[in-house]
Amino acid sequence: MSLHHATAAEIGRRLRAREYSSVEVTLHFLDRIEKANTLLNAFVTVTRDRALEDARTADARIAKGEGGPLTGVPLAHKDIFCTTGILTSCGSRMLSNFVSPYDATVVERLAAAGMVLLGKTNMDEFAMGSSNETSWFGPVKNPWDPSKVPGGSSGGSAAAVAARIAPVATGTDTGGSIRQPGALTGLTGFKPTYGRVSRYGMIAFASSLDQAGVLAQSAEDAALVLGAMAGFDARDSTSVDTPVPDYAAGLERPVKGLRIGIIREFFGDGLEAGTGAAVRAAIDAFHVQGAKVVELSLPNLPLSVPTYYVVAPAECSSNLSRYDGVRFGHRCKDPRDLVDLYRRTRGEGFGAEVKRRIMTGTYVLSAGYYDAYYLKAQKVRSLINADFKRAFEEVDVLMGPTTPTPAFAIGAKTGDPITMYLNDIYTIGANLAGLPAVSVPCGLVDGLPVGLQVIGPHFSEERLLAAAHAWQRATDWHRRLPPAFA
Amino acid sequence: MTLTRRDVENIAHLARLQITEAEMPVYVSSLSAILAFVEQLSGAATDDVVPMAHPLEGQVQRLRVDAVTESDDRDVYQANAAAVEAGLYLVPKVIE
Repeated sequence: MSLHHATAAEIGRRLRAREYSSVEVTLHFLDRIEKANTLLNAFVTVTRDRALEDARTADARIAKGEGGPLTGVPLAHKDIFCTTGILTSCGSRMLSNFVSPYDATVVERLAAAGMVLLGKTNMDEFAMGSSNETSWFGPVKNPWDPSKVPGGSSGGSAAAVAARIAPVATGTDTGGSIRQPGALTGLTGFKPTYGRVSRYGMIAFASSLDQAGVLAQSAEDAALVLGAMAGFDARDSTSVDTPVPDYAAGLERPVKGLRIGIIREFFGDGLEAGTGAAVRAAIDAFHVQGAKVVELSLPNLPLSVPTYYVVAPAECSSNLSRYDGVRFGHRCKDPRDLVDLYRRTRGEGFGAEVKRRIMTGTYVLSAGYYDAYYLKAQKVRSLINADFKRAFEEVDVLMGPTTPTPAFAIGAKTGDPITMYLNDIYTIGANLAGLPAVSVPCGLVDGLPVGLQVIGPHFSEERLLAAAHAWQRATDWHRRLPPAFA
Repeated sequence: MTLTRRDVENIAHLARLQITEAEMPVYVSSLSAILAFVEQLSGAATDDVVPMAHPLEGQVQRLRVDAVTESDDRDVYQANAAAVEAGLYLVPKVIE
């Protein structure tokens, strides 16, 4: 078995058993990145020297019997996380010259766990997109079929792990940006509860929705990395001060007796037949393992996408007002006056979709429209939240598809923003309610992966990971590699 | 909701975004389409509904002690700026 066939957890175990060194593992992945990245465009920056330095440090720790399960294991960070001394572009021309003066808490914690930084991954510009086509650095290709999108916005992280040019990667999820690319590339994509992982140093998009998480090969990998990332951080005012359970220790919790709710609204028109059949079969398998399955209705959930496309652009327009060409980032040439500096810097620095969202947000927050759009959306958001709360009085977890279809062709949906937005129809609800959710691979449709989504109540990460792990013990979908990258 | 070119110019001005001639018709139509799409929210009955401002109910924003905790890293931060002088960020002249 080749080195890259191992999960992050397995690599960690073998490093501790001295089967190989972190430097050897790191060189193997750096070599794979070099061979594959021209095609995939998954990495914006490869930090070769830093990676080898991290690996040597990890090897020294392991030699002394120090370190933990992730020490010496390579990883890639989505280019939304600030990394000291390294380009942090957020997929935008606006930050294409931004070298961060500090580390995000996520970066700091995973480095402290001994993980080796391979580089920074491509993404939709400012995390606004569902296909990784809005990046200033060009689209990312899906390793399962390079004519298809990998999903977005964490598309570079997804493509990197799917092609096994990185064992595991971080991502962020504002409306599905971890789960959707996870589903479209055959990965375990985990979005934790709002506030579970610190957002300090994670470039802001929509502050009431953003949350950091993991794109991994397995539930076990997700449990280990999430455990190392999560926890209270005084530097993030939304960080929740609740102890982090030992997620890896909770993985073996049995499925027997688990109460599963099937979300009726997720199986209507628009769900591609093969995807629906794979998801139904997966839920049946949970039933066979002793779970109790009922069908539930969350009647306000179909309003998730329009609610999101008021709330998220409103928050984005506010957050992105910081890019003014003065303190960091792109600055236009020879500004005539201050307004010209702002307008041209922002007009040149932002791509088409980011500008569209800023303008949508500016409009819905502008005088005379606030009540009709923003306030209304926040009320509908309450209704959606109440639907989830009612459902979790009856069941432990909710299940359904992660996406309506497998990966689509590059360019197929770029002409019509609404069609693109509807890719996130099943994932946005969890963000609006701040819930943890995971996508796990549950089949292939015409050679392309599709995902089962499991959503739980606030802080039910352990239960979701245990359900995902039980599924992965019974199946091998998560072990399938894109043929070109086997 | 159908926006006019004038509306979009006004929004772009509020957002301090330069929109090119070529981009303008695309935004007129796509922003109109997005507003028409979100219009479906008006059909939801929300009369006595409290707007949701935070995904975790009952979370209180923490306050920190009012004490100096940061060191002076001005030079490090200003290394990312396009124009600085004597520790100040430079912008075009504002007052004639």
